Amino acid sequence: MLKKRLSSPSEMVERLLAGDRRAAARMITLVEDGAEASNSLMKLVYPHSGRSVVIGITGSGGSGKSSLINHLVRKFREQEKRVGVVAVDPSSPFTGGALLGDRIRFQAHSMDDGVYIRSMGSRGYLGGLARATRDVVRIMEAMGNDVIIVETLGAGQDEVDVIHVAQTCLLVLSPGMGDDIQAMKAGIMEIADLIVLNKADLDGANFCLRSLEATIHYGLEESEDGWKPRVIPTVAAGARSEDVQGIDELVEAIEAHQSYLHESRTIEEVQAKRIEQELGLVFKDELQKVIFRGLRGTGKKRKYIQAILAGRTNPYSVVEDVLRAFLKV
Amino acid sequence: MLQKNPEQPSFMFQEPTDGSAPVQNLSGFEIKPEYGPEDLAGFDVEADLGRPGGYPYVRGAHRTMYRGRPWTIRQLGSLGPPQEANKRIRQLVDMGATGISLCLDMPTIMGRDSDDPLCEGEVGSCGGVAIDSIQDMRELLAEIPLDEISVNFVSNSQSSIILAMFCAVAEERGVSRDKLTGTMQNDILKEYEAQKSYYFPPRPSLRLTMDTIAFCAENLPRFNPISISGYHIASAGATPIQELAFTLANGFTYVEEGIKVGLDVDIFAPRLSFFFKVHNDFFENVAKFRAARRIWARMMREKYGAKDPRSWRFRVHTQTSGSSLTAQQPENNIIRTTIQALSAVLAGTQSLHTNSFNEALSIPTPRSEKLALRTQQIIAFESGAAGTADPLAGSYYVESLTNRMEAECLKYLKTIEDLGGVIQAIENGFFQREISEAAFRYQQSVEKKERIIVGVNAFTDEDEDEDTDIELRENDSEFEQQKVAALKEFKRNRDQVLVESHMDRITQICQGQANIMPSLISAVKAGVTLGEAIAAMRRVFGQYQEEAIF
Amino acid sequence: MHKEKIKVIVSKVGLDGHDRGAKVVASLLKEAGMEVVYLGMYQSPEGIIKAAIDEDADVIGVSYLSGEHLVYTPKIVEAIRSNGLDDVLLVVGGSFPPEDIPLMKEMGVDEVFRGGSLTKTIIDYITSSVREKNH
Repeated sequence: MLKKRLSSPSEMVERLLAGDRRAAARMITLVEDGAEASNSLMKLVYPHSGRSVVIGITGSGGSGKSSLINHLVRKFREQEKRVGVVAVDPSSPFTGGALLGDRIRFQAHSMDDGVYIRSMGSRGYLGGLARATRDVVRIMEAMGNDVIIVETLGAGQDEVDVIHVAQTCLLVLSPGMGDDIQAMKAGIMEIADLIVLNKADLDGANFCLRSLEATIHYGLEESEDGWKPRVIPTVAAGARSEDVQGIDELVEAIEAHQSYLHESRTIEEVQAKRIEQELGLVFKDELQKVIFRGLRGTGKKRKYIQAILAGRTNPYSVVEDVLRAFLKV
Repeated sequence: MLQKNPEQPSFMFQEPTDGSAPVQNLSGFEIKPEYGPEDLAGFDVEADLGRPGGYPYVRGAHRTMYRGRPWTIRQLGSLGPPQEANKRIRQLVDMGATGISLCLDMPTIMGRDSDDPLCEGEVGSCGGVAIDSIQDMRELLAEIPLDEISVNFVSNSQSSIILAMFCAVAEERGVSRDKLTGTMQNDILKEYEAQKSYYFPPRPSLRLTMDTIAFCAENLPRFNPISISGYHIASAGATPIQELAFTLANGFTYVEEGIKVGLDVDIFAPRLSFFFKVHNDFFENVAKFRAARRIWARMMREKYGAKDPRSWRFRVHTQTSGSSLTAQQPENNIIRTTIQALSAVLAGTQSLHTNSFNEALSIPTPRSEKLALRTQQIIAFESGAAGTADPLAGSYYVESLTNRMEAECLKYLKTIEDLGGVIQAIENGFFQREISEAAFRYQQSVEKKERIIVGVNAFTDEDEDEDTDIELRENDSEFEQQKVAALKEFKRNRDQVLVESHMDRITQICQGQANIMPSLISAVKAGVTLGEAIAAMRRVFGQYQEEAIF
Repeated sequence: MHKEKIKVIVSKVGLDGHDRGAKVVASLLKEAGMEVVYLGMYQSPEGIIKAAIDEDADVIGVSYLSGEHLVYTPKIVEAIRSNGLDDVLLVVGGSFPPEDIPLMKEMGVDEVFRGGSLTKTIIDYITSSVREKNH
């Protein structure tokens, strides 16, 4: 009974590698919470990550992301790959609670042991994911999943964090929603490796397709790794399988991008940049933790805040003072 | 010393106020402390009110209303085993019911047969009758004069098959189709919005609905093929104004579909009927019905060009509110049901079902059912409420509330139109969102004691042991086994090759445009079961899955 | 050990499609700061348990409105036990005859909330029970 008896990090990781689902689920909770054990856990998990295909999927609510994910899971399962899905939903900024309703959309896979689905609340983190998503992905990799699909919050505009986590990024649009224009404006298109035009059977789809292709051809720069984004039309929602279109082409495109990543030489530069970014984030997180932990119980934090309010000092000076004390700088 | 109890809203110890604290009805309208002639400025008595049985029918669907013919006492009466349901029907008729509603068990509602592994444990559930085959329909209707007793099938997605079985059994008994009386709920649009017992996506489902309506228009002129329902929409959480607007929107959609498939509106519109809920707010209910009648009459005549006055006439069955019944202090429900029933009668309903008081705990017992029936009889014979048509007409309050309901309803109808119509709105999740939000707001208002529910958030009983004295109906635990065995036996005695060929024929018809009914009737005669017929359709139409919308 | 958020699975089981209560409770639990995984309708006991495992849920909440509570409760409890989820709270809500309430508790349900229960009662129960189990 995991909750009552605390296993050591190495025991938990052992169980994770052996395929113990409960251990995996428990570990994910620990890293989500930023518990004290999470660093030890992640150190042990890290060597077992980095070998899976990680696909990020972003796009606004009505675009049909979930239907697409359902089909992708199905296809990968047909290839006998094990699949993990991370679905992020917004947490309430007021109550901190969240309604995680994504699982319901993946009904078809709910009894398949080769599929592991985890819902996460964003817990106030901006950027379309949760703070711990990257770690959760690594845990899912270590679990033995060959493919991990990360579904972002869904607003489609601030969803840039997914590029730090996923290798192949899909942006899902649908005709007539205006989000293609929005996406172009927000620059989100730049991060997408593949642009999926879902609901391609709707009026206006052809026009949308052509304008997207034109944008890519004329305007969009190649992404940092030299890959030219592709546009793939799909019809994901269909009551019968004959009505569904474009999924095979999408899977092919994902596989093409993955091959490209592994064959091209710029991949190492990109990976180096990603690690650098991650280091930056982890440093920020850890430093904050260390400093606030150090201040806890001393009453200093409160004193600082009151002093600032009283006008005796300011945030910049406070930080300088604290850092000087901590880092002996 | 008698003290004011801070937990309870009190009339006795309360200081009088000037009455200006705002009060809202269920639809969210502010209710004034008094209404007067100023609230009816500009009201045209001739054009806006008219007379009972006359355009725009605000005052009632018929000239003489209950003086000419009392409303139908139509009680829900079914049980799992078809033979038991048959007995219950006859019992109710003996007690004085003039119409019967039959509901289906969960497997049948979900389009599956009793032997389907998914249905284990649910056969005969909730007092619904298990219909697998024509044999069940025979047992269900045994000795019931189909040309005299009006049977209402509470069937929706499976209506085409239920209708087929009904016609087949009638044929066997030599009752000609033009004499058959009855109703089917058959309202698929509200399934997507509220009740969720759909199978196929909206458009193929609509096609099946129109097939049944067209078939009845031509062959069963005394049968009401559809009961466009607001009850379930309200039960899912919609306010009365939403119930009114969404039900009418659905109704108009069926009219438009009928016209699209080439039916003359005056051929099928007279047989369109409605089904409303009557919840706690007495006057709001009355206004809802009156507004419905006026909007329907005007739209049918002016927008859809119907010429037959029977097409303009909004006829409605009503059920008292199930969601108002509390498990706490169940006998309070008798009073709630009585008030709601009275409201329905003053609103001019054509038929009425009154709930039994123990229904928040289980399905009714013969005794509680009798009480529910007597409620209607006492209203009919002792209260004087049935003595004149639309007695609340001319009331400043009721007329202004009716006007307000109408105005808000028209706004909703415009919103839905702007969204592209009902089907588009369903696919966008419009109704589901409105309904979820209303349900949430309602619960919050109860939690905050803005809305008082006696026995639940006020005047509660600390020790509720007295409730366990309430008599409840026993579940028949052996029925499922018996039914599954009976079904297996039935299937053994069929011509399997014939059954398969009928299923293929159904699939074929679904791929084309022809009316599904004739092939269904032949199929059920050959022993094709309900689950098999649905499976044959599913091959073409697929299975619909909705997203969870909050 | 203290968890940041209480994670609750809210589900319906079997063929019943009346989801108003389940949705309202899910929303109200979210308002109380919990992370609610809403599974919706037509779930099987095994499906609910699998979700509870994968989501590391603290609570499983099931809504029964069509008389199916005595059929499905034993199956759900069995699935909970055989998967070693004894530390997960099982709560049930909806419409049932009062004498079935002690029956369900005997079967292994931790608490039963009849229709009309105020959400505060449910929230307080879950919060205090989960806290107890985690200490």
